[in-house]
Amino acid sequence: MKRFLAWALVLPFVLYNLTFVIFPLFTVLYQSMFTIDAEYNVSQQASLDNFKAAFSAANLEVMWRSARYALTTTAACLLLGYPLAYFIAVYGGRLRSQLLILVVLPFWTSYLIRTFAWTTLLQKEGVINAVLLKLHLISQPLQMLNTDFSVILGLTYGFLPFATLPIYVSLENQDRSLVEAAADLGATPVQAFWKVVFPLSLPGVISASLITFVPAMGDFVSAEILGSPETQMIGNLIQQQFLALFNWPMGSALSLVLMLLMVTSMALYMGLAGERDA
Amino acid sequence: MREEKPGPLWLRLYALTVYLFLYTPIVVLVLFSFNDSRRNSSWEGFTTRWYVTLWHNELLMRALLNSLKVACLATFLSTVLGTMAALALSRYPFRGREAVGALAYLPMMVPEIVMGIALLTFFIKVGIQLSIVTVILAHVAFSVGYVTVTVRTRLAGMKGNLEEAAADLGATPWQTFWLVTFPRILPGIMSGALLAFTLSFDDFVITFFTAGIGATTLPLKIYSMLKFGVTPEVNAISTIMLGFTIGLLALWSRLESDPKSLGR
Repeated sequence: MKRFLAWALVLPFVLYNLTFVIFPLFTVLYQSMFTIDAEYNVSQQASLDNFKAAFSAANLEVMWRSARYALTTTAACLLLGYPLAYFIAVYGGRLRSQLLILVVLPFWTSYLIRTFAWTTLLQKEGVINAVLLKLHLISQPLQMLNTDFSVILGLTYGFLPFATLPIYVSLENQDRSLVEAAADLGATPVQAFWKVVFPLSLPGVISASLITFVPAMGDFVSAEILGSPETQMIGNLIQQQFLALFNWPMGSALSLVLMLLMVTSMALYMGLAGERDA
Repeated sequence: MREEKPGPLWLRLYALTVYLFLYTPIVVLVLFSFNDSRRNSSWEGFTTRWYVTLWHNELLMRALLNSLKVACLATFLSTVLGTMAALALSRYPFRGREAVGALAYLPMMVPEIVMGIALLTFFIKVGIQLSIVTVILAHVAFSVGYVTVTVRTRLAGMKGNLEEAAADLGATPWQTFWLVTFPRILPGIMSGALLAFTLSFDDFVITFFTAGIGATTLPLKIYSMLKFGVTPEVNAISTIMLGFTIGLLALWSRLESDPKSLGR
């Protein structure tokens, strides 16, 4: 009876996911194996031709760029997020939860809006250039929009709240008396941090990196809004294949390559992180 | 007791800088929505006229209506499906429980753009014409997992002995659910529903691929307006959206911090 009830309760959920998540993903896999010609005729025979074409020189450059952007974004998120998480966890005091909410709040607002909000600041006649000109720090307005910098900035801004959270959790759970013990044994605060606090927070740093790297790698909004054709990422290529070139099989192949790249880099990173621990 | 220390000065300044980084773009966006100039570069004085223009922009109002329709229906469906699954996952041991639990996380792992093109391909191959319905179906697909996880977390903190007591006193399972379980998990359900609503209301990427003609939601409308540059109107509608989301989140954080606020 209980087992029946359990299945009756999960069945709609399972069926929904099978229909609208799993099955669609398999249609992408299936579709990727057929090629399309200039007249949009779909090939009869399944082949891996799309995957060969997906690794063209031009596409490889885009993939390499996506990986570079995602890595830089991850590094920037850690550099900004770690001290912030540390500050809140150790010195937040009674305001801790409020300070944390302030970090997470932007994450729940529209990513599209948060991304284009930067254009007002970054554009040639934008706020940043105006301030710098007024302070006589520059004599000519800087070109900040449509560059590597603006795309990476958009990504970092988008995922920083996400990166800070796991680091905070790993610091918050730490027993502070360990630091006191280190101090009693003669460690300077700096030594205590690098020998005790930081190693113990590594799990948080690792999940923060993954949680930033993976969506950054697959992003297309930041490059679309703050970038130019020279700053395209894989996501932009996929979007183009689907909505501009109407080569859905090719777009599907690129999507699978994207997922493959994500899984490989995650496995690689976990492997490296695991080795460090051992 | 440990005394509270404010922390070293450099760390406080660093944290402050990061907070400034997080909020400056949002503040500037809101400020410029009140700027008395078409151009988004210098401050020309305070006005609310852009908000009045919005009000008279029929297409924009229709997009807002679409967004609300989609978010309400998607929230309802994902809350029902997600709560049922969460109940089963936390109350009854059954074979394949781990697999079902993992299923809840799957849409969070798949990149949004891949979810978008997968659903687009699926709808077209199966012969479902893109419309507002496909947007709702897609939104349920990515938000139902969040509801399941949220409600399940809430349920995990509760013991089942009240239900047992009710059963011992002769309540049918149906009565037990509505009189004992449901009131206790209502805050969890509400919090899952609010998350689903926020996710749906703000979603751009998946909607971008699954929306048919006449199914333009607010984020899609904002995106198409951006093609003509950032104007004060875009800032104004974005400000309204930000305010709306933050209001929902305030409600949500209240539910999360005080589970009793909605109980009974």
